[in-house]
Amino acid sequence: MAKDGGVSCLRRSEMIGIGIGELESPPLDSDQVHVLAVDDSLVDRIVIERLLRITSCKVTAVDSGWRALEFLGLDDDKAAVEFDRLKVDLIITDYCMPGMTGYELLKKIKESTSFKEVPVVIMSSENVMTRIDRCLEEGAEDFLLKPVKLADVKRLRSYLTRDVKVAAEGNKRKLTTPPPPPPLSSTSSMESSDSTVESPLSMVDDEDSLTMSPESATSLVDSSMRSPGLA
Amino acid sequence: MEKLCDYFFIYFCPNLMICKNLFIGIAISNKLYIFFFSLLLPSRRVERAMDTLIAQLQRRFCDFTISLYHQGFLDDQFTELKKLQDECSPDFVAEVVTLFFEDCEKLISNMARALDQTGNVDFKLVGSSVHQLKGSSSSVGAKRVKGLCVTLKECCDSQNYEGCVRCLQQVDIEYKTLKAKLQDLFNLEQQIVQAGGRIPQVDI
Repeated sequence: MAKDGGVSCLRRSEMIGIGIGELESPPLDSDQVHVLAVDDSLVDRIVIERLLRITSCKVTAVDSGWRALEFLGLDDDKAAVEFDRLKVDLIITDYCMPGMTGYELLKKIKESTSFKEVPVVIMSSENVMTRIDRCLEEGAEDFLLKPVKLADVKRLRSYLTRDVKVAAEGNKRKLTTPPPPPPLSSTSSMESSDSTVESPLSMVDDEDSLTMSPESATSLVDSSMRSPGLA
Repeated sequence: MEKLCDYFFIYFCPNLMICKNLFIGIAISNKLYIFFFSLLLPSRRVERAMDTLIAQLQRRFCDFTISLYHQGFLDDQFTELKKLQDECSPDFVAEVVTLFFEDCEKLISNMARALDQTGNVDFKLVGSSVHQLKGSSSSVGAKRVKGLCVTLKECCDSQNYEGCVRCLQQVDIEYKTLKAKLQDLFNLEQQIVQAGGRIPQVDI
């Protein structure tokens, strides 16, 4: 599959790939938000994956907590080997899953050294106060009530850019890239979307990010201005 | 049928040859009168006839969609799914609901099998299957199916065998009904597109 832009063409074969938990991102560009989605239900995985892609995130969807840990390289307590490849900006997980619940997955992530800073969002179909409190106490960033809507994901996206900016500044040291130009104000960035090409970090994905749907256009352009690491 | 159409076009309306496949398509979808009508008329009249056809189909589509919501088959999560559909993924909703119906079939059959073990029914298994079904029906906006899942879950939690069996039968009927209705809806969409029209945005 060629480089994935913000809006992807999700064909049936891709859906099945997501279903089997085989569909992983190709070697990642550091300039796109990468979300790991965990849900045992195929239908929910497809929907959350689409919701995230439409808000211009790169998504890896897996069907269990164990697969998530495997993907993150946390299953045998070793640090992730290729840190660049496994850059994850957000983990969104279902609560009720057979085997390992979302809560248990949250705990394992927060206990790890490499991923404890990654925001974790829990989704659940049940609005149980004690459950929500427990998750938030354990360090969950947010709690979404299912069924998840576009507005919920857009909300996540908006606070994610704040976190990603901090992470991107950290990443820049690892990637040895030149310092970015001072961020432009969001109004000017919305007027001319070519402002993204002025960044020395601009990559081929510019074309991809510019071809997305209007409602996500503003959020992506906003984020690229706030986090210079993104193109 | 093809040959007959060719002869009609060649002898009566040579200028319409290029559109012949479109007309054949329309004819096959039960609008034969427009097909034969159009053979004898100049193309402006034909365009108007086509516009009438498109408008009719679009009206049917809107009415049908609204009825599905009003009768409780769908809720606003279905509307949310439609928002995720675009030119890049024009069949997203159809593909998701197809996966949902496959899920229904699988989970209902698991539950039926569990309930068949008379005297030794694994209510935990039934409970976890209905929980999954409730989740996916909620995610696609299948309102009636979801409602029945809630009832089924209650029967299961109270280990009410008769209640479970009855409820499961209703879930089975309900998902099949929804499947047929959505198939009709998607067929209407296809007819509109084939006639050259755009699928209207329906405000519920």
